[in-house]
This record gives sequence, structure tokens and C-alpha cells, in this order.
Amino acid sequence: MAKSSSSDAQALIRSLRSAYAATPTNLKIIDLYVVYAITTAVIQIVYMGIVGSFPFNSFLSGILSCVGTAVLAVCLRIQVNKENKEFKDLSPERAFADFVLCNLVLHLVIMNFLG
Amino acid sequence: MPQPLNLNRIHRWGLQSPPASHRLLPCLIQPSMADPSEAKGEGSLRKAFGGVLGVFILLLIGTLAFSIRLFSVIKYESVIHEFDPYFNYRVTQFLTKNGIYDFWNWFDDRTWYYLENMSTYCKNSDLDIVFELMLLVILDRYPLGRVIGGTVYPGLTLTAGSIWWLLNNLNIPLSVETVCVFTAPIFSANAAWATYLLTKAPSHQFEVKGTGAGLTAAALLAMVPSYISRSVAGSYDNEAVAIFALIFTFYLYIKTLNTGSLFYATLNALSYFYMVCSWGGYTFIINLIPMHVLLCIVTGRYSSRLYIAYAPLVVLGTLLASLVPVVGFNAVMTSEHFASFLVKCQEVFIILHVVAFVYYIKGILSPKMFKVAMTLVVTIGIAVCSAVLAILIALVASSPTKGWSGRSLSLLDPTYASKYIPIIASVSEHQPPTWPSYFMDINVLAFLVPAGIVACFLPLSDASSFVILYIATSVYFSGVMVRLMLVLAPAACIMSGIALSEAFDAFTRSIKFQLPKLFEASPSDAGDTNRGTQDEPTKVDNNTPTEKTEATVKERPSEKHRKKEKKKLEKGKEIKEKGKENADKVSNKPLNAKKLLVLPLEASAVAILLLIILGAFYVVHCVWAAAEAYSAPSIVLTSHSHDGLHVFDDFREAYAWLKHNTDVDDKVASWWDYGYQTTAMANRTVIVDNNTWNNTHIATVGTAMSSPEKPAWDIFNSLDVKYVLVVFGGLVGYSSDDINKFLWMVRIGGGVFPHIREPDYLRDGQYRIDAHATPTMLNCLMYKLSYYRFVETDGKGFDRVRGTEIGKKHFRLTHFEEVFTTHHWMVRIYKLKSPKNRIRGKSKKKTNPKTTSKINSNKNVKKNPWQ
Repeated sequence: MAKSSSSDAQALIRSLRSAYAATPTNLKIIDLYVVYAITTAVIQIVYMGIVGSFPFNSFLSGILSCVGTAVLAVCLRIQVNKENKEFKDLSPERAFADFVLCNLVLHLVIMNFLG
Repeated sequence: MPQPLNLNRIHRWGLQSPPASHRLLPCLIQPSMADPSEAKGEGSLRKAFGGVLGVFILLLIGTLAFSIRLFSVIKYESVIHEFDPYFNYRVTQFLTKNGIYDFWNWFDDRTWYYLENMSTYCKNSDLDIVFELMLLVILDRYPLGRVIGGTVYPGLTLTAGSIWWLLNNLNIPLSVETVCVFTAPIFSANAAWATYLLTKAPSHQFEVKGTGAGLTAAALLAMVPSYISRSVAGSYDNEAVAIFALIFTFYLYIKTLNTGSLFYATLNALSYFYMVCSWGGYTFIINLIPMHVLLCIVTGRYSSRLYIAYAPLVVLGTLLASLVPVVGFNAVMTSEHFASFLVKCQEVFIILHVVAFVYYIKGILSPKMFKVAMTLVVTIGIAVCSAVLAILIALVASSPTKGWSGRSLSLLDPTYASKYIPIIASVSEHQPPTWPSYFMDINVLAFLVPAGIVACFLPLSDASSFVILYIATSVYFSGVMVRLMLVLAPAACIMSGIALSEAFDAFTRSIKFQLPKLFEASPSDAGDTNRGTQDEPTKVDNNTPTEKTEATVKERPSEKHRKKEKKKLEKGKEIKEKGKENADKVSNKPLNAKKLLVLPLEASAVAILLLIILGAFYVVHCVWAAAEAYSAPSIVLTSHSHDGLHVFDDFREAYAWLKHNTDVDDKVASWWDYGYQTTAMANRTVIVDNNTWNNTHIATVGTAMSSPEKPAWDIFNSLDVKYVLVVFGGLVGYSSDDINKFLWMVRIGGGVFPHIREPDYLRDGQYRIDAHATPTMLNCLMYKLSYYRFVETDGKGFDRVRGTEIGKKHFRLTHFEEVFTTHHWMVRIYKLKSPKNRIRGKSKKKTNPKTTSKINSNKNVKKNPWQ
């Protein structure tokens, strides 16, 4: 039972890896950016756990800026991905412009809230 | 071909009747009419005409919304109504005079005066304010006050302030009061336009309900009495602006959901920010949208557009909501514990991410591998989830109210407030509504709403499921609190607009089919082709290659009749017919003689007539409600007697007297209803006002009003009060006076000071003030101040409101003196007599123990802390 599940797990990981390798490079870059943002968020949470959450607004704005850029990057990825049929009419430049605008608003708010 | 910044390419625009109207409406996107074969002269001219007509109708609707709210200005004068708007008006005055920075840091010391130790209630104050407070304590002049920047919803005042600033910079010198009075009608016109947009918003796959429904819904919202009641000219309150923000936010959410554009997602977040600034009802949005997302996920309608619509909104929305000082960290946490971190929208956020990830993985893996992955994940996931859930439950259960605030608890359990928080229960707006009030407030819409709900199910799309959820939740909440019927109004209008539009559609189509048959004795194929051409324009899938053929057949003269749809109001519905029609649309065979169910000509003609009559009834009711029921400014009263119109301006008379005849530093005590008005118009410090945030303070005033003269004088003296104000309606029959509110004073006072007991004031469970009233009642301060010298008016002391003669007629006041009574005896002002310098006879020390021991020996009474 355990052996079959572990071999299943290995097969799963292999197929995941091969499927992911097929994605185009620009999407992989976006994914890397998302991973980076999430890692930064995790680091901040760990730091908060150690030091305490006193200026809570700073903590919130830090976390939410990381999560926010991750979310926006995922949205960009969705819109730029050629396999998504719903967005085939949307030009990648337009998607990127939206992404930049949304990030601008996000960071303006963050900087105001940072205290 | 150069592509402008248009979002139309993402849309699936059906070729419904005049989509060209969108070209001319500034806030809408351009339709996908880039098809060159479309540019037949006649068709586009007709569409242009339809577009202009649409714009014109919208302008008329805006004017209607504005002007129907002007009754109070015409009948009385341009004055601010009620109680709460006076506070908002005062804040706006301060803003316009001192600018925005002073406004954020304003500490209002004209309210909640209380000589006591410094309380730590002001969480948001800066260090400067803290030092200022300490200085005031040293000087022995500490007011409890109110940190305006931190406790007021700034949206309304900032909106009015910026309108005033803009107008003044354009050299249109309107006063602040005028701007405040007319803010509400302007924003109700905006709300009507926003309703048009929301009802018209196309769904992803199908055209939802079209321009006709949008215009109908907008016209209905412009007039619905429930919305008029809170946005009449002069009612300068948060809801005036907030309902517009609510509808607009919902529109942008639906738009994002349909288009999947991040641009609209950003706009949605900004509009939500505006809503948070304006009203405490923003929690409705932030709970409804996650509910809708959950619904979409659960019904299998997950798509990447859902992710784009929801995820940025949560992040940006949470941040923006935390920016508003009133909300602060409540946007993120539901209770005081930091550990119970999750609010509903964040939980759904997490769920959405899980679902999105699952779909992504499903996309890349083969089905077999996916199954393996699922089993692995599920086993791990269940273990983790149960652990997290257990921790969460333990944390939430440890807090006394399980993490909910009093107001939201009272929404879930309507009887909560009456049991535990008498102040919330005493506000008449917080009572559950009665059945007649539904009919009064939304009239005809009450039975059009179910028809609209059915119409939204055929077909069900994301947008229509959202509207269904909106109306379901708002109906529930309006059943809990009368005040929330305001939130129900836009939903009801949307549903009714859809229903009416569909019904009218059905009837006119029946007439259209049968009219040619009536006039020409033509063979059936003409009728068939007519029937055939009628159908495809109404619904088209984008993949169809038959667009070109439809373009050519579109020019049929029967196209003209389509204009009729927009002009009239309709009613009723044929469900079966709608279902048939949908089946036809989906099958999409252009020139077949479809079995479209048409009603007989006479029946549909009569039905249309009845719809118009129904619409007329609705309009008449709305105008009546606006003119008679909701236009009373309540600071000026009128009555029609045999010798003409009689105006009672007693309130303003009393406040003007206070303003001119008392010192600037004198404190005035009254029941909390009149606090805002007193501060705004008389410019004197009050003890308690409509903000009602300190229950103990209000209970103190209530206790003072319920006690005999000497203890009441002691209480008021300790609060440094100089004048006491009571409202009395017995001479003229004004029934919202203090004697009618007195039992609430007793209850609230008794809630904090147990020596005040409600049964002491009731004779056999009945509240009376005549000869059979209890001695406690006849001796209490409220009775004495209301009926002092009342016998002098008619010799018998007949109270017109209670309908009896009063019990104690001739008495003198020992600790108060009457300084002013208004013309109709509606407001009476008394001054506290200063204590005697020399006490005759025995000293105070000797008498007190005797009296207190007597009292204590008589009954087992809790010791009165004021003696």
C-alpha cells in the first residue's frame, strides 16, 4: 500500500514536472515572480512571529503588498496565457498595461498605509 | 486596423436592439459593430436614433430623480432635516472653513462633556491630541469629546466639501448649507444611472437583459419611496451617497466578471473604497461578493474571470478599507484577538486560490495522474484543515460574543438587541418592518420581484446569479431592520425592471406578429418570415456564421416597432413563452417557422394597457409618498387647521434662544435625540448626542430624568450642566415628545443603575400620567419639567397626546427654574438653581443618614450612587 502510493507520488511528480516544462518561457518568468513574492511574504510573517506585530499597519501593508503583487501577476499570467480561450482577443500589451496600472494603485495605497 | 483602447473584443455582444446606443453613452464601451456588412445606412441610422433616444431618456430619468426629492424644499424651505444630518452638516462646515488637514485631526469638544478621569477610548489619537487632553485635565476642563477624524465616515462630508469647493472655484457662490441640502438628490440621479448600467450589464455567454430593462430599472429606482425617504433634499445623511456607491460597485464587479479585465477590477476596488468611506453598510458588499464567488465555485461556474474579479478586489479592498480610520483594522480582523485573523472574504480568498490551483493542475496533468494527485492531496488536506479548524474554533469560542459585534449579532438574531442592548432596540429604525411598510416602501415592485427572479434564471449567468443572491440577502436583512429596506430597494428595482421588460417584450412581439396578419390578408409565409426575422436579432452566439444573413434581414420595417419598448412601463410575465423563446434562440435557425407561442392580439393589447395603468399607479403612489410622507423636515412641523396652515417652528426658536441667551460655555442636558441639533444650531455643548457610543453616559441622563428633583439636580450638577431641555407635545398634540420616550429613558437608566425600576412607573403594567399614575412617576423630573404650569393653559391640564388630564396639576419646582418655553410649549428650557449658601436648621450631615437609613430599612433597595 505504502509502496504503491510512493510510486504513485513519484509518477505524479514526474508528470507534473514534464507538464510544467512545456509551458512557455514568459509564463515561467511570471511564475518565478509569484514565487518570489510569496517567499517574501512568508519571510515577513516569520519575522512578525519573532518580533511581534506592533506597528500592525506596517505589517499589514508589507504582507498585502507581497500578496497583492503575487495576485496581480497571476492575473497577468491568466490573461497572457495563449491556452486560455476566453482571453484570446486581449492583446498582451493591454494585459500588461492593466497590470501596471493596478500595481501602481496598489503601491500608492501601500505607501500611504505603511506609516 | 488600429485598435483603440476598447474592451469590446472580450465581449460577446449579441445583436440586440439598438446596441448602438452604447456608442453614445459615455460610460459604456463601444459595441462590436466593426462588422463592415453592418453599415447599411438605414440600420445604423435607426440604431443611432435609438441611441440618442436612450441618452435622452436617461437624462429625463436623472431629472425625475432629482425633482421628485424637492418637495420639502418647496413646501417648507431649504433646511436640513432630522437629527443626524445636523451633525454631518456641522462637520462639513468645519471642513470647508478649516481645510482637510484640520478636519482629519479635529477633536470635537462640544459633545459628550463629562468631568471625569481621562478615559482611554480614543485609540486613534495622535500624541499631540493626548498631550492636549492632559493639559485640559490639568485645567479641570476636560471634555469627553469626540475624535472626529477617527469616528466619522468621511465620504459624505468630503463629497459635499469637494462639490462646494469646486463650485466656489468656478465662481458659483453657493453656501455650504445649499450644497448639503442638494447633495442627496444629485446622488440619487447618479444612482439611477448606475442602476441602468447594472441591469444592462451583459453576461458572458448571453445578452442578459438589454437596454430596455436597464431603463425601466433606472426609472423605478428614481422613484421608489424607500430610497426617497433617505435621500430627500435636506436629508444630508450617509445613505444619500452610499447607495450610489453600492450600486456602482456592484456594476463594476459584474463588469469585471464579464470582461475579465484588470482595469475594471482596479476601478471596482476604488469604488469599494468610496463605499467604505461613506457608510457602515460596506460590510454588505464585502460579505455578498465572497458569497457569490462561493456560489459560482460550488455550482461549477469557476472561470479565470472569477479569479480576476475577486482576488485583486480582496487585496486592494482590504488595504483601502484599512485606510479609512473608522474602519481601521476591523477590515482584517473580526474581533479583538489578533489570532482570529480571518474575515469571511479572506477565507473565500483562500478557497478561491485552492480551486484555481486545482483547475490549473487539472489543465496540465493527464486525467489518470490527476486522480492520483487528488487522492494524495485530499488525505493530506483533510488532516491539515481539521487541525486549523480546531484551532480557529477554540480561539473564537474563547471570546464572549464569539467574535461578532452587537449590531451584526442583532442582524442574525433579531431578538438579540431587545434583550441585551436597549439603546439599539429603542431606535425606531432598528425595529423589524411590518407588512404594510413593505408595500408603502416598494409598492408595486413587491410582487414584480418574484417574476424578475424567475426571469433571471432563464438563462442563469454569473451576473444574474449575483443579482438573485443580492435580492435574497437583502430581503432577509430588510426583514430584520426597517432601515435596511433601503438596501432592498435597488435590488427590487432591478428585478422588477427585468420582469417588466420581459413581459413587455412578449406582449409587443405578439402584437407585432399578429398586426401584419390583421392588416394584410397575406399568406402564412410572410408571417413566417416575419417571425423568423424577429428571433435571431434578439440572441446570437458569436460563433454563428449567419451574422451576414441576419444583417440583411435586419432591415425589415418591423424593426421600427422595437423603439416602443423603451418608452413604456410594463408588467406581468409569461414564463412558458420565455422558455420557448430561449429554446429558439439557442437553436439559432434563422428562417424556420418556429413554434413561437404568441398570445392573442386582443389579450396582449389589453395586457399592455394594464401594464401602463399599473405603472401609473406606481408613479402616483411614489409622488404621494414623496410629497406627504417623507418630506417632513421634522424640525419644522405644520398642521392644517380650519384657519389655514399652521407652522410650528418651536425647535429652532428654542435653539436660537439658547444661542442668544446663554453663555458660550454653558452645558445643556437633554435626551440624546436632540444632541446634534443643539450642537449645530445652538452651538452649545451637550452631554449626550445621537452618536450614542457611551451607554453609561446616556443611562446617567436617563436616570436623572427619572429621579425626583433633588437627586436629579445632584446628577446634573456633577456633570456641570446649566440648562435642561425637554420636548413636550401635550399642548399641540405632537406625539414624539419626551414623555412618550420616557419609558426608554427608564429602561436605559435602569440597565446601568438598578435603583431605577420600570414597574415603579407603571400602574398595573400601564403607562399613565393622569391621576392614577404612580407616585414615582408623578414625582420624577421628566413629569415635573414637562407639566410645570401646564394647568395655566386651559385650566384643566388636558394633555392632547395622552388624551387625559394630568395627575399632579399644581406644584412648584424647588431645584429648577423655568427660563424659556416656546410659543406652542413644545420645547421647555430650565435652569439649574444654584445651591443655597446657608442651609437653614440642621446641617446636611445629620439629615442624610436618617433619610438613607429610612429608605434602606423600608425596602431592599440597591444603594443609589447619587445620594
